[in-house]
Amino acid sequence: MRYLPKSDAERKAMLARIGCSSVEELFAAIPDTIRLRRPLAIPGPLSEPEIVDLFQTRASENASAYLRFLGGGVYSHFRPVVVDALASRGEFFTAYTPYQPEISQGTLQAIFEFQTLICQLTGQEIANASLYDGSTALPESVIMAVRISDRTRVLVARSVHPEYRQVLATYAGAQGLQIEELPYTATGQVDREALAGQLDDRTAAVAVQSPNFFGCAEDVAALSRLCHEHNALLICVINEPVSLGLLQPPVEADIVALEGQGLGLPPSYGGPYVGVLATKERFVRTMPGRLAGQTTDSQGWRGFVLTLATREQHIRREKATSNICTNQALCALMTTIFMSVYGKQGMRALAEQNLAKAHYAAHELAKVPGARVRFTAPFFNEFALEVPCAVATLQRRLAEQKILGGIALEHFYPELKQSLLLCVTETHARADLDRLVAAVRSACAEAPRGKA
Amino acid sequence: MGDAMAKARPHVTPSEGLIFEKSSPGKHAYSLPPLDVPTVQPEEVLGAGFVRGEIAGFPEVSEIEIIRHFTRLSTWNYGVDTGMYPLGSCTMKYNPRINEVVARLEGLASEHPYQPAELAQGCLKILRALEQALLEITGMDAITLHPAAGAHGELTGILMVRAYLTAKGNPRQLVLIPDSAHGTNPATAAMAGYGVAPVKSNRAGQVDLDALRQLMTENVAALMITNPNTLGIFEDRIRDIAEIVHARGGVLYLDGANLNALAGVTRPGDFGADIVHLNLHKTFSTPHGGGGPGAGPVAVKRFLEPFLPLPVLEESPAGRLRWNFERPQSIGRVRAFYGNFGMHVRALAYILAHGPEGILQVTRDAVLNSNYIRKGLEDVYELSYPSPTLHETVFSDKRQARFGVRTMDIAKRLMDYGFHPYTVAFPLIVPGAMMIEPTESECKEELDLFIEALRAIAREAETDPDLVKTAPHTTRIRRLDEVTANRKPILRWKPAPPSAGPAPEVAD
Repeated sequence: MRYLPKSDAERKAMLARIGCSSVEELFAAIPDTIRLRRPLAIPGPLSEPEIVDLFQTRASENASAYLRFLGGGVYSHFRPVVVDALASRGEFFTAYTPYQPEISQGTLQAIFEFQTLICQLTGQEIANASLYDGSTALPESVIMAVRISDRTRVLVARSVHPEYRQVLATYAGAQGLQIEELPYTATGQVDREALAGQLDDRTAAVAVQSPNFFGCAEDVAALSRLCHEHNALLICVINEPVSLGLLQPPVEADIVALEGQGLGLPPSYGGPYVGVLATKERFVRTMPGRLAGQTTDSQGWRGFVLTLATREQHIRREKATSNICTNQALCALMTTIFMSVYGKQGMRALAEQNLAKAHYAAHELAKVPGARVRFTAPFFNEFALEVPCAVATLQRRLAEQKILGGIALEHFYPELKQSLLLCVTETHARADLDRLVAAVRSACAEAPRGKA
Repeated sequence: MGDAMAKARPHVTPSEGLIFEKSSPGKHAYSLPPLDVPTVQPEEVLGAGFVRGEIAGFPEVSEIEIIRHFTRLSTWNYGVDTGMYPLGSCTMKYNPRINEVVARLEGLASEHPYQPAELAQGCLKILRALEQALLEITGMDAITLHPAAGAHGELTGILMVRAYLTAKGNPRQLVLIPDSAHGTNPATAAMAGYGVAPVKSNRAGQVDLDALRQLMTENVAALMITNPNTLGIFEDRIRDIAEIVHARGGVLYLDGANLNALAGVTRPGDFGADIVHLNLHKTFSTPHGGGGPGAGPVAVKRFLEPFLPLPVLEESPAGRLRWNFERPQSIGRVRAFYGNFGMHVRALAYILAHGPEGILQVTRDAVLNSNYIRKGLEDVYELSYPSPTLHETVFSDKRQARFGVRTMDIAKRLMDYGFHPYTVAFPLIVPGAMMIEPTESECKEELDLFIEALRAIAREAETDPDLVKTAPHTTRIRRLDEVTANRKPILRWKPAPPSAGPAPEVAD
């Protein structure tokens, strides 16, 4: 086995040193009755070329030949080559959690830079070293808000990513939290009147998303004023962080639960991604997840350490703020490199390209007879398109032309029939957009009208 | 010190400020194609109220500066690629490069979770193959790959316990956890709404069966056990433990953190476990990445299968793979999409590279290496528990403490010898614990250097304890002031640049 660095002669010499005649003796503590006395029925061994072949075959059975307009919490952006070049350095990717700061300053300083960049991007005061992903950052935020407020009722906008809400329901059930939903209006945004009616002094937090699952920007300042009248905390989910190159950051939110995938991580069929929780300084001791902090060493040099660990499971055990043990350091590093590459000007330029291309596509698609942009609120790079035919038929016809034309909203919102969620980024050339528009036009013209 | 220092030599590490301190207006590293659609005015399409000003503080740097910055930072890290990383319980094994290559293939890394299953058969076949291999290795019946980390797998597993017992009429109130367990276990139980009761260890370092019998009432939902436990000792009464738990209607949860000691030798499903979570970043070589991403699949016995999180991978009668969301007893979703797919690709590549005999050889080598270290050190460091150990060995600093030298000091001194330290002060039942897990990835020469380094430090502890207590002496920075970091947290950079060198009062 090529990964195992010992010859049989060395193994024998080591066993002799231990005083064993066979390696089996080392397993004597395992009762014979529960030993596996046959080879595992698993495939392999495969050589390196065979492994590459196999995974290339698997890759060819997917959809890489398709033109895709899929978003819904996962965004395809250009990934500067330096991201992988640097994150592939073994010192970064083969290190463990930086519990020994003297020989982990690379990871620790990168985390400190990540925390700073997230604060700058979101307008929050502090950010943790990352969580698993956006969908788990939401329940972690809710549990934190419950801890701060000592209340258990939580309102969640239906325009928050449906799968995030499902994850929240799973976590909340075991904690005895009451989760209630907030409707959206014809603009595609949170229904503020409903919010005002549903808020009360038992409400711990209100969770919204901006841009929301329909791609619409929310007025976070206005929502926060309503929440704060009842001393409820406002949690703002950010699914598409590239939007913050252009959109107002959610400064008025008390907690931001952000998915960082858009900042340099490939879609990778759903993961790994990187969640982040950003919040106000005064909440630092109630927040979950690791934190890197700046300090000095015994010679006076600046250095970084994991800090405020008394919140965490390895110290506090069952009284910890969360059971979370890992962060997503390597993914956070990739986003740190991505944000450094784009920088102050580039984040704006990138966001402007997304905005322009999505609006071009929406404008052209709205000219298709019977089609319209479903919601009226401002959108960034994603929008719901109502089409004059059955969505399943349209998707099938687009697929015949090697186009994956968006997500059927009906799957998550039974009331949104004939609506497709489309995402357009800087990776789409105008020719791609024109191809999409032409394909939608011809598919709608051919398809029978109405619900199928 | 002589030969014991053979691995270490002084090394120049350039100074490097924060990325923000390298910034100056007008520099940039990005490149985008020219915009090929009509420009839009953000204020017009979004409304002025939605448009932000510049991102204050965001860096403005060029590409070469970014390359140098992160390359320099990387050289301040120690990784498995640098040398032996014997962190007990963390299984810091070699991360094969081929895994990184296949996970980044176009057609895998590029795939979107919302493309139809029909157009994701390649991804689904990978997931299926990994599921089947992990089920065979664990001896279990059904599995979910969704959890994003070991602790997330624990939460998933205990939520399944809650759902199962609730369906039977009573979720119960307590989870039993041995006093040697990882901190995630009690934190997980609390997150799943359970109280925690510790089970004490006996003098052999194993679960005390009498104590367990007394605690195991019909109010106990589960016992969370690690086997081999965190002392590296196999719980040889595991079948009896399972019987005690099952007799009272409880569920036996196995923390699979230490599967690297068992794969191919024995299977959790064969020794009574009802649930086991795996850490793909430990046993199955996906990179630790400086603290993640991990992946924490959860495998279960048949009776728990209805409670698996959504969605579940299944095969249609026509032989096509698809996701099943229609599972009324499921605990629900634990994560959006389908887990850390990129890690699943890597873990499968690892299993395929080994095959059945390779996996068994890995287990044997991991246990051999650990016992070789134990033999090489047992005359100079205290073994708190004399029982045989598998993949890791826990010493204590008892003998060195007489000279005022503690486990943390010895750990720091190891850095001067060119090694990453072992796990310090865990498990909690061993005062001054030194928890050493070499994994299978170490050659004999590296193990010999490590043993000689720890023997040399034991001598130093007697002859020159201050040398050890003030270690490390050769690292880029020295011991850090963690007290101030805690009391006055500085968690982000702010524009007034702090001094990057020795403060004047210290330099004087």
